[in-house]
Amino acid sequence: MERNIDIHPKHQPDGFEGQGFFATSLDKAVGMARANSLWPLPFATSCCGIEFMATMASHYDLARFGSERMSFSPRQADLLMVMGTISKKMAPILRQVYEQMAEPKWVLCMGACASSGGIFDTYSVLQGIDRVIPVDVYIPGCPPRPEQVLDGILKIQELARSESTRRRESPEYKEMLASYGIE
Amino acid sequence: MSELLERIQNKLNNDLNGVVVSSQLDYDFPVFIVEKANIHHVLETLKNDGFKYLTTMCGIHFPDNAGGEFAMMYQLHSLERNERIRVKCFMSEKDLDMPTATDLWASANWMEREAFDFYGFKFKGHPNLKRILNMDEMNYHPLRKEYPLEDASRHDKEDKYFGR
Amino acid sequence: MEKVTTPTPESKDYSTLNLGPTHPATHGIFQNILTMDGEIIVKAESTIGYIHRAFEKLAERRPYNQITPITDRLNYCSSPINNMGWHMTVEKLIGAEIPKRAQYMRVIIMELARIADHVICNTVIAVDSGALSGFLYMFQWREKIYEIYEAICGARLTTNIGRVGGMERDFTPEIIEKIKAFVNDFPKALDEFDRLVTRNRIFVDRTVGAGAISGERALEYSFSGPNLRAAGIDYDVRVMNPYSSYQDFDFNIPVGTRGDTYDRYMVRMAEMRESLKIVKQAIENLPAGDFHADVPEFYLPAKEDVYSKMEALIYHFKIVMGETDVPKGEVYHAVEGGNGELGYYLISDGGRTPFRLHMRRPCFIFYQAYTEMISGGLLSDAILTMSSMNVIAGELDA
Repeated sequence: MERNIDIHPKHQPDGFEGQGFFATSLDKAVGMARANSLWPLPFATSCCGIEFMATMASHYDLARFGSERMSFSPRQADLLMVMGTISKKMAPILRQVYEQMAEPKWVLCMGACASSGGIFDTYSVLQGIDRVIPVDVYIPGCPPRPEQVLDGILKIQELARSESTRRRESPEYKEMLASYGIE
Repeated sequence: MSELLERIQNKLNNDLNGVVVSSQLDYDFPVFIVEKANIHHVLETLKNDGFKYLTTMCGIHFPDNAGGEFAMMYQLHSLERNERIRVKCFMSEKDLDMPTATDLWASANWMEREAFDFYGFKFKGHPNLKRILNMDEMNYHPLRKEYPLEDASRHDKEDKYFGR
Repeated sequence: MEKVTTPTPESKDYSTLNLGPTHPATHGIFQNILTMDGEIIVKAESTIGYIHRAFEKLAERRPYNQITPITDRLNYCSSPINNMGWHMTVEKLIGAEIPKRAQYMRVIIMELARIADHVICNTVIAVDSGALSGFLYMFQWREKIYEIYEAICGARLTTNIGRVGGMERDFTPEIIEKIKAFVNDFPKALDEFDRLVTRNRIFVDRTVGAGAISGERALEYSFSGPNLRAAGIDYDVRVMNPYSSYQDFDFNIPVGTRGDTYDRYMVRMAEMRESLKIVKQAIENLPAGDFHADVPEFYLPAKEDVYSKMEALIYHFKIVMGETDVPKGEVYHAVEGGNGELGYYLISDGGRTPFRLHMRRPCFIFYQAYTEMISGGLLSDAILTMSSMNVIAGELDA
């Protein structure tokens, strides 16, 4: 049985193609590899964590997007997913986890509490995690629906795919980290 | 409910010699107000009378009630007879020392720490009286009425149209 | 299997292990500093408060109907029970008579919420003992409950379901169909999960005897809910102080004997079946009538009336702005939440907001026994004990 199937990888980067070869820039190849093999570190503290469980479970199945392998060790994670309220008591710990992660790293901020404090404008709640660590993608909602979480992860993948391999060495990036007091 | 109120009041007054300052029926709850000095005896007597289950306890702040600015509320439950009662004691803000109930109920431990954290009650004899929910560095008791609820570090709410 | 105990001479060198606050095996953020003798826990110390959000202070600034969204976030695995507990507290304060239909609707939603709560707890026990597939199967069914919530109120997790005075709208025929389908189909899934886990040799070996507590000690620690019942004490608020017409339904209170992880798991399994029984009875005997009480000062009028009737417009304005006067007084109302007696102690001074609202959060009260329950056991048992107690960080720290 002979079948002629045309396979088009969905995220094939721009490049030159010919018989048996494909040439593209290193940036794009690395970006593609990074984007499709993100190891997220779920930093789930409250309600959003339950919606994240729903996102991981069979119905919404986060594994479809190449983020199945949760990394509970910050040392081996690429993506920090902050889900739920971060109190002032928790903030130093969050920051420590972020500092422990190796570059390149991304931060996904899920839900109103993590993004801005949400409805908890109180003495004990940190009014947005971007006061202690830089954030790449915010997902609004209290809690966001699993579809939104998936969308957020796709956005992170887009960032990872399009990022220059030299971005993390750039003075702008260093300056941004320095503004958070992170070495 | 009123029979229960009467029975408990008589029992407390007989056993502890007129200890009940006042009592009333709040909805479905008999409430007894006692002096702070007697609260431990009252709780002990009630526990021996079958109120073995400490449902909850909490502090309350009445800033306008001169001489009795703070109150501690205990809610007891007799599981055998299915009776619930509430005991309260008032105290002045100058003197927030309280006898602990941890020797009667193990569950009073964290509830007293919470009351200390929120209002600053000092429970004498508590095994580990320190803040429980807030950071140890916090230098005030946040649930007192004079302290603001909001986080003081936000500037995005300074909006003349909303009057903040 | 009895607890493993070793002699603990003072001279022995113990190691200290910091478990948490972001340990992968603790669901939520709890810190426990364990003093270990090899694999055995000698002493433990808990630190909590990592998501303290000041609910009680926040409630002092909000009108009564705006407090419901805060209660959602207490035990977020079963938010409808929290919502309705709060509504019933306010109804007790204002003296509203809730029609039978609304009460039955509440019972249906609360029991579905209890199932959703226990599904999370039991599958997580299984995950922690190494069985992930049960979690994947059962979450599919949790999604069905979410679908029912969505049809009723539009939200999945933090539902804000119902109103002070009843429900916001009547059940549509589709909702009733969905609930009936769930009641019909869920037992099969539950049986499957049961077969997969309950008598699994590894699961039984891991859980029997782990983190046990006696009934007497559990009462001293003011345990409530499934954790107390697993220790053999049949205290259930639904039976002891029936609210919302629970006295109309025929159901059993499952109890355990040893108060260990396995008993807690079994009690929750049995409670899911009992909850299904209640839902079934309620949906079959759903009375006709109104779905909310006749309390125009507190219950939002229908939208078409707001646009066409002066009186409704005024009430709408007053309720939305929180300008309705409430009676002065103190009430306490407790419901059987997913984790036990969830009580609201409300002091009203007649103003637009509560003067003081204290929440009796079952997790906060029973979690303090955790250090005692794990002392003398293995480290791996400590993890299972925590997941089987179903400690929810939102409820713990308020």
